[in-house]
Amino acid sequence: MSKLIINRRGLLKAGAVGGVALATPMHFIRGAYAADQSCNMPTGANVVFGFNVPLSGPYADEGADELKAYQLAVKHLNGEGDGGMLSTFSSKALKGKGILGKKVTFVSGDTQTKADAARDSAKRMIEKEKAIMITGGSSSAEAVAVQSLCQDMGVIFMSCLTHSNDTTGKDKKRYGFRHFFNAYMSGVALGPVLAEAYGKDRKAYHLTADYTWGWTQEESMKKSTEAQGWKTVNAVRTPLGAGDFSQYLTPVLSSGADVLILNHYGKDMVNSLTQAVQFGMRQKQVGGKNFEIVVPLFSELMAQGAGDAIKGIYGTANWDWKLDNDGTKAFVKSFGKEYGTPPSQAAQTAYVQAILYADACERAGTFFAPAVIKALEGFEFDGLGNGKTLYRGSDHQCFKDVLVVQGKEKPKDKFDLLEVKKIVPTKDVTYDPAIFGGDLGPADAKTCG
Amino acid sequence: MFGNLSRQDWVMFLGFSAVVLLAPILFQPIGAAYPAILEKFCIFGLFAIGFNILFGLTGYLSFGHAAFLGIGSYAAVWSFKLFTMNVIPAIILSIIFAGIFAFVIGFVSLRRSGIYFSILTLAFAQMSYNMAYSVLTPLTNGETGLQLTLKDPRIVDAMFITPGTGLPRSTLFGLEISGGGLGGFYFTAAALIVGFYISMRIFRSPFGLMLKAIKSNQNRMRYTGFNTRPYLMAAFVISGIYAGLAGSLMAAVDPLAGPERMQWTASGEVVLMTILGGVGTLIGPVIGAAIIKYFENIFSGFNENALNSVFSFLPDTLRDPIVKLLSLFVGEGWSLTLGLVFMAIVIFLPGGIMEGVRLLTSLFKKGGNGNKPAVSGQTQPAE
Repeated sequence: MSKLIINRRGLLKAGAVGGVALATPMHFIRGAYAADQSCNMPTGANVVFGFNVPLSGPYADEGADELKAYQLAVKHLNGEGDGGMLSTFSSKALKGKGILGKKVTFVSGDTQTKADAARDSAKRMIEKEKAIMITGGSSSAEAVAVQSLCQDMGVIFMSCLTHSNDTTGKDKKRYGFRHFFNAYMSGVALGPVLAEAYGKDRKAYHLTADYTWGWTQEESMKKSTEAQGWKTVNAVRTPLGAGDFSQYLTPVLSSGADVLILNHYGKDMVNSLTQAVQFGMRQKQVGGKNFEIVVPLFSELMAQGAGDAIKGIYGTANWDWKLDNDGTKAFVKSFGKEYGTPPSQAAQTAYVQAILYADACERAGTFFAPAVIKALEGFEFDGLGNGKTLYRGSDHQCFKDVLVVQGKEKPKDKFDLLEVKKIVPTKDVTYDPAIFGGDLGPADAKTCG
Repeated sequence: MFGNLSRQDWVMFLGFSAVVLLAPILFQPIGAAYPAILEKFCIFGLFAIGFNILFGLTGYLSFGHAAFLGIGSYAAVWSFKLFTMNVIPAIILSIIFAGIFAFVIGFVSLRRSGIYFSILTLAFAQMSYNMAYSVLTPLTNGETGLQLTLKDPRIVDAMFITPGTGLPRSTLFGLEISGGGLGGFYFTAAALIVGFYISMRIFRSPFGLMLKAIKSNQNRMRYTGFNTRPYLMAAFVISGIYAGLAGSLMAAVDPLAGPERMQWTASGEVVLMTILGGVGTLIGPVIGAAIIKYFENIFSGFNENALNSVFSFLPDTLRDPIVKLLSLFVGEGWSLTLGLVFMAIVIFLPGGIMEGVRLLTSLFKKGGNGNKPAVSGQTQPAE
C-alpha cells in the first residue's frame, strides 16, 4: 500500500525534472573579465571599506574601540577633523581628499567573536555592499578564517587585533596583511625580562585559550621561558569565553608551579586574572618564592577591566598611548578630541591598517588588488606611532619595536594603568619567515560574482 | 509515484520552486539578493524543513539538531580535504555520517518522550559541541575551525587535474560552488527544492499519517497494535539527514567548519525558525528560516551612520533621539528586534506566519469557510 514505491514512468518523469533543475545553474558560470579588474573595484564617486569587528562576545570591548578608530581614520582620509597621523606619516601620498579622488565610506558588521559569523559578515560586506577591503577581527580564529575567505574572493584583508603566529605563519595569505605583532615576538621580548625579574629557576603553569592564538602563544612562551631555564609544569586549555575559570585555577597551586602564565585575552583574561587574584595566588609562597602571574599580551582596555588585579603584572603590548613620538601624540590628540578617551592598542592598529591600505592604493595609483599588494609588500614607513616599521614581503608581517609593559602600582587615573618597562628593538624580534612554514599563494586578481 | 499529491500540492510545489529559483530577482527590492544570503535562506530552509518532519509531524521537540548540521559540515570539509573538491561526494559522505549519528542519538533519546527527549538531545548536542571544540581538536581544529590548506592531499583531484595556484574552490563538475557566484546559490536552491519535494511526499504518505498519529495520541497507536518506535526512529534519522545535508551545503558554499555551528544556540535557532513560520506546515519553516536569516544579516549590518542617512530628512533635534533609540535594535542589537518579532508572532499567531496567511485567505473567501478543515488535510499547527 505504500505510495513510495517508484515505477518506471515516475522515474522517467522525476529524471527529466531533475535534469532541468541541474542544468539551470550552468547558465550562470561567470565569464572572463577585463584584464585589470579585481573584486569590487569602485565605479562611482565612493570607495567602500568593510569594518568587520566583534561587537559581542569576549572581545567586544576591543571591537568597539577598533570601530571608533576606523571611523576616525575614514574622517581623516576624507579631510575632516585634524588629520591625525596623516601629518606625521612618512609617506605623503595621502592628501586628505579621499583615495584617488574617491570619497571613503564604510560598512560595518558584528563578528560575535566567532569565526563562522565573521566570515558571514565579511561575505555580506563583499557581496552586497561591495567593500573593496575588509579590515578588523579581534581574534586570530576570526582573522585566519576571514583572511582565507578574502584570498578566495580576491579582496585585501588588513587584519587588526590578531596575535597568533599562524596569521602570518602557517595560514598566511597573499591577500592578508598584519600590522599587529605576534606571539613569537611577545615570547622573545618577555622571556629575558621575566628571567631578570623572577629568576631563572622557575616552574610555569599555563592556562591557554583553546584556539589558534592561545596555542601559538603557549608554544612561544614555553620556548622563550625554557630558554631562560624555566620548567613548564603543565599547560591546560580553556574554552574561549568560559567566564568562570575557578575549575582551571584550583589545580594550579597544588601542582608545584610558582608562576601562572595566562594565555588569555579580552574578557577571558579579565575574568581569569581577577579570579586568580581572588584565590589569593599573589600572596602565596611556593618553595620560598613568591607566586607570580604573567599575562603575555594585554592592553589598556583589559587593564581597566581587571582593576587592581593588574598591578605589577608583566606583559607585552604593540603600542601604548603614552609613547613619546610625534605619531602617537597626534593620534592620541585627535582620538581624545573625538571620543574623550585615549586610544587602546587595538584602536591604533585599526587606524594604522586603514591608513596603510589607503596609502598603498594612492601610491599604486589604482584599486587593482595585485598592484596594491605589491605596493604594501616590503613597504617601509615611519610616523604611525611605532617608529620605523617594515611590512615584510615574504609573510606580510610588520616588524617594529615591541613593548614590555607592567601594571602600574600607583596609577594617576583610569587610563594610566600600564608602564612601559622596556622597548625591545626590531632587530631582536625579527625572525626567519621559514620557521612557521605556510605559503602566501598567488596574487592573481579575482572577480567576485 | 505522484499519485498521492493533490492538484493543490502541485500548485504549491511549482509556486515554491518558482519563488526559490527567481529569488535573485524577487529579493532585489529588500536588499537580500546577494548570493551569500540567498544561500543561507536555502540552507537553513532545508534545515528547518528537516526539523519540521520530526517536530511538526511527531511532536518530538529535538533541542540538538545543530549537532547533525555540524557533523555534516565536518564530513564535507574532510571530503574536500582528502578526496576531491567536487561537492557530490562531500554531500554523500555528510548524509552517511549524519544518518549514523542520528541513528545512534535517536536510539537512546527516543526511549523517552516530551521534555526528557528534548533534554537528552540537548545533552548529546552539547557533548558533540564540546568534543568538536576541544577533545577532537586534531579532527576539527577546535575553535579555529577546520579549513582547507594547500597541503591537503585531495587524492581524487590529484589524479585528474593539475592543481592551480592557491586554494581550489568547491565545484560541481566544473561549476564553481564556493567563491561567491550565483552557482552556489542555484546549487543550494536545487537541494532545497528536492528536499521540499521529499518532505511534501512524506507529509502526504501513509508514513506521514503514522507520524501524525503518534503526535495526536501515541498510546492509542500502541493499543491498536502499532509499534511506534520504528516510525519515530525513521523520522528522527530522516530529519538528521536533512540537517547533515544542510551542513554539507554550508561547507560547500564556504569550505570551513567551526564548532559554534553545533552549539545549543544553533539548535535553538532552528526551533525558532520552525515556530515562527508555522509548525507542521510545509512552507512555514522555510519562511521562518528566511526571516531569521534576513534579520541577522540585514539588521546586524545597520549602524548609526546608516540610520543617520535614513533619517537625514528630519531636523537634528528630532533625528538624534530617534537614531539613538533605533540603534538599540540594529547592529549588535539585532537579536532584540528578532525577539520582539518572535514574541509578537507567538502571542498573536500561535500557529506562526502560516496561520496568519490562512486567516487572511479565509477572510477573503466566504466568511463561513474559515472553520472548514483545510482540503489538503493539513493539521492545525501547535496543537
